[in-house]
Amino acid sequence: MRPIIKVENLSKQYRIGTRDSAYTTLREALVAKARAPFSRRNGHSDQTIWALRDVSFEVKPGEVVGIIGRNGAGKSTLLKILSRITEPTTGFVDLYGRVGSLLEVGTGFHPELTGRENIFLNGSILGMSHQEIQSRFDEIVAFAEVEQFLDTPVKRYSSGMYVRLAFAVAAHLQPEILVVDEVLAVGDAQFQKKCLGKMGQVAREGRTVLFVSHNMMAIQSLCRRAVWLDGGRVCADADAGQVVADYLQRSFSALAEQKWDDIESAPGNDKVRIRSARVRVEEGTPDGRITVHTPLSLEFEYWNLVPDTCLNLSLVLHNEEGVLVLNTGPVKEPVWHGRPFPAGLFRSVCRIPGDFLNDSPYRVTLYVIKDQSTALFVYPDILMFEVCDTAERAGWYGKWPGVVRPDFEWTTEQSATSQLPQHLSNGR
Amino acid sequence: MPKLSSNVETSLENPIAQSTVTIKTTSDTQASNTIADTLPEQPLVRIAPGKSGALRVRDVWAYRELLYFLTWRDVKVRYKQTSLGAAWAILQPLLTMLIFTLLFGKLAGIQSGDIPYPLFSYAGLLIWTFFANAISNSGNSLVSSANLITKVYFPRLIIPAAAVIAGLVDLGIALIVLVPLMIYYRVSVGLGLVMIPLLVVICALLALGIGMWLSALNVKYRDIRYAIPFLIQLWMFASPVIYPTSLLPEKWRWILLLNPLTGIIVNFRIALFGGQSFEWKSLGVSAVVTIFILFYSAYSFRRMERHFADVV
Repeated sequence: MRPIIKVENLSKQYRIGTRDSAYTTLREALVAKARAPFSRRNGHSDQTIWALRDVSFEVKPGEVVGIIGRNGAGKSTLLKILSRITEPTTGFVDLYGRVGSLLEVGTGFHPELTGRENIFLNGSILGMSHQEIQSRFDEIVAFAEVEQFLDTPVKRYSSGMYVRLAFAVAAHLQPEILVVDEVLAVGDAQFQKKCLGKMGQVAREGRTVLFVSHNMMAIQSLCRRAVWLDGGRVCADADAGQVVADYLQRSFSALAEQKWDDIESAPGNDKVRIRSARVRVEEGTPDGRITVHTPLSLEFEYWNLVPDTCLNLSLVLHNEEGVLVLNTGPVKEPVWHGRPFPAGLFRSVCRIPGDFLNDSPYRVTLYVIKDQSTALFVYPDILMFEVCDTAERAGWYGKWPGVVRPDFEWTTEQSATSQLPQHLSNGR
Repeated sequence: MPKLSSNVETSLENPIAQSTVTIKTTSDTQASNTIADTLPEQPLVRIAPGKSGALRVRDVWAYRELLYFLTWRDVKVRYKQTSLGAAWAILQPLLTMLIFTLLFGKLAGIQSGDIPYPLFSYAGLLIWTFFANAISNSGNSLVSSANLITKVYFPRLIIPAAAVIAGLVDLGIALIVLVPLMIYYRVSVGLGLVMIPLLVVICALLALGIGMWLSALNVKYRDIRYAIPFLIQLWMFASPVIYPTSLLPEKWRWILLLNPLTGIIVNFRIALFGGQSFEWKSLGVSAVVTIFILFYSAYSFRRMERHFADVV
């Protein structure tokens, strides 16, 4: 079967750095022009980065392809090129169908215009003809559930209504190729379900979908195939389940273990040196991933070089958003806590129970503390690991809110004796 | 807790299982085959670097509905939440006219020939206000539409164009006020009126040419935003808006002619008030300069266009 999208050796270079970056002033440009004959610098010698490098792949009609990768891997750049917002530096893309993109819902909404007016404006910005919008108008309104507010300026909408309306317009685009970026982050559970249904429908109609998401569960269940971008290159392109598993594996092993056998060169100072640090999964999942249910241990080995020091380790965990999640130390450690350490090698283990951390990548900073007050040595980001969500929860693909995700005990019981007034009990 | 409720609901209906299945079926059954059969031989679009030298007027034509909607939005939004509404379109030139009549007509005693000075300056200000608003709105249009440019593809030319066209509505409204003014001053109209649409079109094209060039520069050099008001102010005094060309000594008049607006304004007055034949020479200069500016800016706009999304 012939492809509907053909990407060949696609590269995109961005210029970074301070001098020649985004906001040049006219004066700088003029000065640079004036200087040009006398100077060998041409102002373009600043650092550049390749957001995409020799990316090639093909998509067949009707395929639903997930695109995954870390932040900065080139996913958004790829989508921007596919939707013709920006041009590639080299290489090309051949499109054999109309592309509709949901890069961000609500693009071009004007707060002063009413819901009705915005449907037409937004629709035409997304590439629908007036006729198309007219014929799908009722559908869009019903999908967004904003019937009563059609003639209210959208600036008076609640954020939920706004997003629903915006998505509804976008979802009724009917291009042959649909490019979707993280729409699942919007809306409440109910609405999210509708959106997923809509994407399923789009695919059922035989149209092609490119779906970018950080949400591995959504990718796994919506896409058959996934392309993994890393550092601007295609790192894997295969069955979605396989690629996602590899991807998670890789992020897990990001920095799960560090070792310094030579005491001379080990990190530390003349008081204390680190020998090793590692994340250990006590009863791991089959593929070695850490899920939200997995208990894990953070193990550290270190040399105490000054006899009779009261040492303790202290750990700080940061999550993906940079939130300091917790700080923990061996306050209840029974043997050595509060006792002076002789010189020698020590090993401390911190056990973090399952059903405690929420899904996120974590960075661990290690502090070595003396007398529970003075930090002798600090090693930021000594370990990094990722806690993944499990696929078992169905229906909700959004991020579980909260910094932690403890599995508290709940009880519900019926208080036996209470009698409801007759007119309130709705049973039969 | 939205989540828990959703879990309960979905366990009943299980939409994921559904969608997974549907997707799997589609990729190997007829639906996709039919699409595949209808695939064009040649790609609809080839996205490649540096392919944007041509003017691609056809592209703009394909997006004409968007041009209409953006214009419509600009018009619609302009006077929202103002209590005077579209009256501002009239008040702007009218009040300026009153002030200039006092300052230049009465105090400075500028002679406007057979036409009463208020009428003379109002006519000039009409077309000038349109022109000035058009270049300032379109000059800033790309930057203020940054959210569109970075999210959706369409020919960027549409944005400054919509800003210019939206100004035509104001011009139309302000033209209406001319009627009572002309009745009051008992000025009769003649066949010259048929020239007005042509003059307005030339003026709009000139404004578009300058506006889109400024808007593209503005994306990269934000200095333009500050330069525009200054440019407009200078340009006004360099154009015969509030004074007649006869104010200048004969041997310097050719300088005014270099200004493409001169031909437009002068002939606009002749079209409205008659009294003399059209100055074809100055109109010709305006038309030629307009065409030149239009082509030059369209070309440089197209050249800069491809970096808009990266720079804005």
